[in-house]
Amino acid sequence: MMAMGNLGRAVRTLRAVLGPVLGPVAGLQLRLLSSSTQHELKKTPLYEFHLEHGGKMVDFAGWSLPVLYTDSLITSHLHTRSKCSLFDVSHMLQTTITGKDRVKFVESLTVADIAGLKDNQGTLSLLTNDSGGIIDDLIVTKTSDGSLYIVSNAGCMQKDMAHIEERLKVFQGARYDAHMEVMDHALLALQGPAMAKILQPGLNGNLSDLPFMCSIVTSVFGIPDCRVTRCGYTGEDGVEISVEQTNAVQLAELLLNNPDVHLAGLGARDSLRLEAGLCLYGNDISEHTTPVEAGLTWTIGKRRRQAADFPGASVILEQIANKPARRRLGLVSSGAPARQHTAILNKEQEPIGEVTSGCPSPCLKKNIAMGYLPTGCAKAGTPVLLEVRKKLVEAVVTKMPFVPNNYFTGP
Amino acid sequence: MASCRVLRPLVAAVLFRVGAHSRPPWNAMSLLPSLCRGFSTNTLTAAARKFTDKHEWVLVEDGIGTVGISHFAQESLGDVVFCGLPEVGDKLHFDGEFGALESVKAASELYAPISGTVQEVNAALAENPALVNHSCYDEGWLIRMTVDDLSELDTLMDEQDYEKIYRH
Repeated sequence: MMAMGNLGRAVRTLRAVLGPVLGPVAGLQLRLLSSSTQHELKKTPLYEFHLEHGGKMVDFAGWSLPVLYTDSLITSHLHTRSKCSLFDVSHMLQTTITGKDRVKFVESLTVADIAGLKDNQGTLSLLTNDSGGIIDDLIVTKTSDGSLYIVSNAGCMQKDMAHIEERLKVFQGARYDAHMEVMDHALLALQGPAMAKILQPGLNGNLSDLPFMCSIVTSVFGIPDCRVTRCGYTGEDGVEISVEQTNAVQLAELLLNNPDVHLAGLGARDSLRLEAGLCLYGNDISEHTTPVEAGLTWTIGKRRRQAADFPGASVILEQIANKPARRRLGLVSSGAPARQHTAILNKEQEPIGEVTSGCPSPCLKKNIAMGYLPTGCAKAGTPVLLEVRKKLVEAVVTKMPFVPNNYFTGP
Repeated sequence: MASCRVLRPLVAAVLFRVGAHSRPPWNAMSLLPSLCRGFSTNTLTAAARKFTDKHEWVLVEDGIGTVGISHFAQESLGDVVFCGLPEVGDKLHFDGEFGALESVKAASELYAPISGTVQEVNAALAENPALVNHSCYDEGWLIRMTVDDLSELDTLMDEQDYEKIYRH
């Protein structure tokens, strides 16, 4: 085990015991949390709530968040897939874009066909740069109240804000009407097959009328003005609830009243999304990966491809036409798990790619990983080798998701 | 003192053949130094589990050291899913890396608490790596090895000293 140095009893972290090869939480090192460091980290409205419930806090993108509570990671993960888990995801950036030309503005930054969305429908989309790289992935919802609601990654917050503000200045300078406002709300994710049964008693409307990726504003168990969006990061049926900060703890406690709801942290969040084949920005996608390489071509609306009117369009469209040189693929292996930066070798032991994220899969009881490989190796079933701790481990290219998705497709 | 030579191993036998979830009654052990003043560690049996600052423990009995990780370490590591351990015959050097434990979230290297040669690797861990979490001092032992230099044990912490720092 790694040396812990002079840790006092007050310092209970995972980082000190974990070796340098850390399973990434968004590729960011778990930082040692001394009691002084805690003060430098941002806190969500549920910070004290997490401590009260036995949350083990870590630094994630400058926020103090629980990586797990009293359940082990495997228990928490499996509970989400069989019942329901509650996650605090308030660290993510929530913004609202308003103004007559809001759709035109956000389309100028992303690959989404926002005009083609139905009212209150959302979609996963990507902010791209002029080289076709991905600045961030986000969910944009076209609300019926005159705004676009965007949720993006905490780790990209400063970058995204600077980018959007700069483009907004230019847009406004050209006499268009658009405005951005950062929302100061908490965000709770309730994920798992039991979600609908748990949440329905707290709603006036019928959850079966809320399709996947759609959003409504409603009261939840008496807490007013909650935006409930049927989406998530686990592959299960679930919602994300945006709630005023002052009501966040009360809402969390009300949801936790149901014994089927367990609290879950960043650790389970990461293993769940990996099983679901979902990308983690900073690991699986970055400014150096295009949507085509990442297998996210589907996020580019057909109309947008035809118009070629998004940043990096020339690079991206060329890759769509002629196939990219490399692709993001799934890998399954046994033995020592491959994590980020593990080298992928072909049968001749020549390096051909790199793992971008990986972990043991609690559901499959095997190791799963994502990595980029030459397009020629893209076929499911292709055997490769992974170099884990100087030993070669056999792996197989596998289609994702590793565990089937359970998104709500209708009543 | 001759009585110590009999007493210490007997105490060890009684105190350390305990069940998976109980701990040696260290209160009794702390009496021994006063009974066995000047007792040296140069016997084949060292009657105490010793701890490294990297959270491995070693228990030497009859010239063989059993190695594992501490309760604090297993709890911090979380669910162990894979044990990367050396092979029988491998030579380990004091403080040298000899393997790694993989959990869902991370991997953590293992460092040899003493120098010696691996005699046995816990085969049960291949099928049931969670034994390291559930029984870190008993069924979750990692390797057994020869002891090249007993004096290396003197550089390690007693369980009491280890617990003072890392008890939760």
